Amino acid sequence: MTPTTLELLAVASALVAFSGLPGLLLPAGSRAVQRVATWCHVLGCALGVSAAALALAGSPATARFAWPLPSGALTFALDRLSAFFLVPVFVVSGLGSVYGEGYWAEAHHPKNGRKLRCFYGLATAGLALVMVAGDAWSFLVGWEIVSLAAFFLVTTDQDDAAALRAGWIYLVSAHAGTLILFAMFALLRDATGAWLLAPSVALGSSPLLRPILLLALAGFGLKAGVIPLHIWIPDAHAAAPSHVSALLSGVVLKMGIYGLVRVLSMLPAYPTWLGLALVALGITSGVLGVILALAQHDLKRLLAYHSIENIGIILIGLGVGVLGMAQHRLDWAVLGFAGGLLHVWNHAAFKSLLFYSAGAVIHETGTREIDALGGLFRRMRFTGAAFLVGAVAICGLPPLNGFVSEWLISLASFRALTNASGGVAMLGAAAAAPALALIGALAVACFVKAFSAVFLGTPRGPHATRDVADASRSMRFSMGALALSCAVIGLWPNGAASVSRRAADALLGTNAGPAASADLRALGGMPLFLLALIAVAGVAGMALMRPTALTTTWDCGYGSGGPRIQYTASSFAQMLVRLFRWAVLPDEHRPRLKGPFPAAGQRFESHAPDPALDRALLPVFARGRSLLGLLHVIQAGRIQAYLLYIVVTLVVLLAWSWSW
Amino acid sequence: MVSSIANLVMVLAFAPLLLGVINKTKALVAGRTGPPVVQVYYDLVKLFGKGFVVSRTTTWVFLAGPVLSVVAPVVAVLLLPLAGRPAWLSFPGDMLLFVAVFALARFFIATAAMDTGSPFEGMGAAREVTFSALAEPALLFGMLALTRLSGSVSLTGMLDIRTAGAWQRASASVVLILASWFIVLLAENARVPFDDPNTHLELTMIHEAMVLDHAGPAFGFILYGVALKLTVFAALLVTLLIPARPGGGALGLALLVGGLAGVGVVVGLVESSMARLRLVRVPQLLVTATLLAGFAVVLLVR
Repeated sequence: MTPTTLELLAVASALVAFSGLPGLLLPAGSRAVQRVATWCHVLGCALGVSAAALALAGSPATARFAWPLPSGALTFALDRLSAFFLVPVFVVSGLGSVYGEGYWAEAHHPKNGRKLRCFYGLATAGLALVMVAGDAWSFLVGWEIVSLAAFFLVTTDQDDAAALRAGWIYLVSAHAGTLILFAMFALLRDATGAWLLAPSVALGSSPLLRPILLLALAGFGLKAGVIPLHIWIPDAHAAAPSHVSALLSGVVLKMGIYGLVRVLSMLPAYPTWLGLALVALGITSGVLGVILALAQHDLKRLLAYHSIENIGIILIGLGVGVLGMAQHRLDWAVLGFAGGLLHVWNHAAFKSLLFYSAGAVIHETGTREIDALGGLFRRMRFTGAAFLVGAVAICGLPPLNGFVSEWLISLASFRALTNASGGVAMLGAAAAAPALALIGALAVACFVKAFSAVFLGTPRGPHATRDVADASRSMRFSMGALALSCAVIGLWPNGAASVSRRAADALLGTNAGPAASADLRALGGMPLFLLALIAVAGVAGMALMRPTALTTTWDCGYGSGGPRIQYTASSFAQMLVRLFRWAVLPDEHRPRLKGPFPAAGQRFESHAPDPALDRALLPVFARGRSLLGLLHVIQAGRIQAYLLYIVVTLVVLLAWSWSW
Repeated sequence: MVSSIANLVMVLAFAPLLLGVINKTKALVAGRTGPPVVQVYYDLVKLFGKGFVVSRTTTWVFLAGPVLSVVAPVVAVLLLPLAGRPAWLSFPGDMLLFVAVFALARFFIATAAMDTGSPFEGMGAAREVTFSALAEPALLFGMLALTRLSGSVSLTGMLDIRTAGAWQRASASVVLILASWFIVLLAENARVPFDDPNTHLELTMIHEAMVLDHAGPAFGFILYGVALKLTVFAALLVTLLIPARPGGGALGLALLVGGLAGVGVVVGLVESSMARLRLVRVPQLLVTATLLAGFAVVLLVR
């Protein structure tokens, strides 16, 4: 018997997977290509969302297919945890496809538009496969489909050297991750005796538990972008088309989180060290992610580093949850898990929104350089407002959605301190709330910088002054839908919290409803109340603050300021980058100025290359390559020489064996 | 109920007096007569009667800053238990909303400052978001310590720790929290040694530099917001400091008023006796505040 939610999902995935194929038969550059692809894709995503919604409300479904493989059978399972992760996959992917109508119009990109649409659908279907995989084999098949499709998405613009470099870095790290996962699943099979991804009592007492969990942290962490395994994230997000960046950041990273959560769901008991490791990794990624974001000049790289930060927040939530389970305190464990899982939804919503609005800016101005922009709010009202909503949400501020999930995690951290016995688990959980406060406050700094440097003040250069219009209708639709979902989750926290609590229950195999129901619903109408208060004060403010005269910004009466006197994004972040330069390791170029009238063109410059990739990994690889280059002496490309090596080796080996 | 309303009205109506107390203290220490204690009310009346000159560069975000600078402390007042009465709004996790509303206000005040495109205001905004980022963990660590002491996860519960008992059981932790939060109060409210509210040398200012372009009624909103925010933070300290729960009523109100005035005098004395710190020293002091509060947590989680 095949359950209906899985059937529906199969139809949805097939529609999405093949949405780009009809376009390949149509002439490049024709409008029909994108019409067909978008409609197929949107229809598939709508079906997928409804299947996920049914599964969230209903009971788990499984299906098995006999398959002549070593694994014996392919298993698919759709439980609430899978359904919870499927929702953002289909929502973000569907809205991204609509956004792509305007952003990557076939008429403007005849060369690669069809390729983009083809792989975009394939990646989405692969994601759906990962989320419903019931055994290691189908999981890895889905995982590889996503990894490969995402490579072609990142390198959509195949003539762009930066995109190609980003694509290769991504491909290498994705496959390093897959290799780790092969090892992890092999050990898992040893420990549980089956390829199935189902809870296993044997796993708890297995001596392999620790290596399995460490491999899972490494393999899934590489995909999710946990510092210091985040090497592929900044370049790939910056180089890809914006709706692909949104897909990468909003859902592909979550694939790593999903894998981790799925492995967690298999455990019969939770070790304390795992919780501490998750919290420590989460705090590191969260704080360093936002610090590195502050140092960026490239709008999309900045957003990419914020993805690392938000993955950190999710890990903190999961870690606090694991610590709660280790202490047998279901109340704060559920708060932590529910908060971490809800942040998966929230991050998908606000980060995609930010990438869409950043994409609209890039589409209009032709640059990602923050310091070349400015004053765009007047001409891009909708896009600016959308970016502002995303910015407030990502900073974890009420009354939007980011606040709800961070509030749940922090509350779990506070609840941990009401535990009777102290100990290291409590200290680990206690670190979460101040860390989240620091991350949130630094995010405020970063998004005040990003929003105001791009949208406020006066235009800083030709990019911002050229003919700039607001985003097209399809792009506005996608941004509006995401902004609305940020507001709905933020203003109705109880609904979102109860959905994520159900997912947490599915993860833990418990019914934790009663244990934490008061805490989960405590926020209640507060965000709505806050919004009402802001509205009242806003009306009063509008009545009292009526401009009586318009003039220039105060410039000490100097009268010829111009846009160059404005604080730039770099100068805004300078103090914080200074404070954290031990982590950012910025490249600073300070020319020595001589004489009362220094020569023109000398300017201070500061760049922030990635500490893990550019400072550690690439130099090591380059050194390794030059060392291995010595081997070229013997590897000259002559077959005769190679045959000689073989003969010599054989003779040496024979002589060695005789001598024994 | 009556005394709850009395507390709320007291805070909302008399918040500007606190600034007056500080200024009077500073004047007396300096041997001047100084402006009257109610000077801030005169200023507010004057500001709301004035016209509103706006820069052409600005957008609607410029108005959101002043509005939120009032909304945030009003919400915070509703979350605080005052003079032994429970808070108007109390729920598990309300202390996180307390911190978050001020962060929301900071976001928009700093954005409003950037909206003018003025270098001074950019400077002020950058400093404000930098220093507040370092002050926020101190606030959270203090709250964690109070949760450990009281077993409660809401402000009403954690500030009503039968403080007398807490003072005896864990006086070291309470003193550490008080010290840490007093530093946070000075930093968050732009007082000496972090910022000098008197100076008009833009290069050294933080808060005042951010609001240079806000004129007339907009500056009125900001000024009232500043007074209210200072009062909220002072009330937080006073509630923690009063070693017995007065149980509301006239005694509670008297203790609260006396305590607030006391905080005002202490802030005034601090401002009279020391100079602004160099900007590079400011983060060090804030990290110190965080460590003090963090130490209070460690003492309690042995």
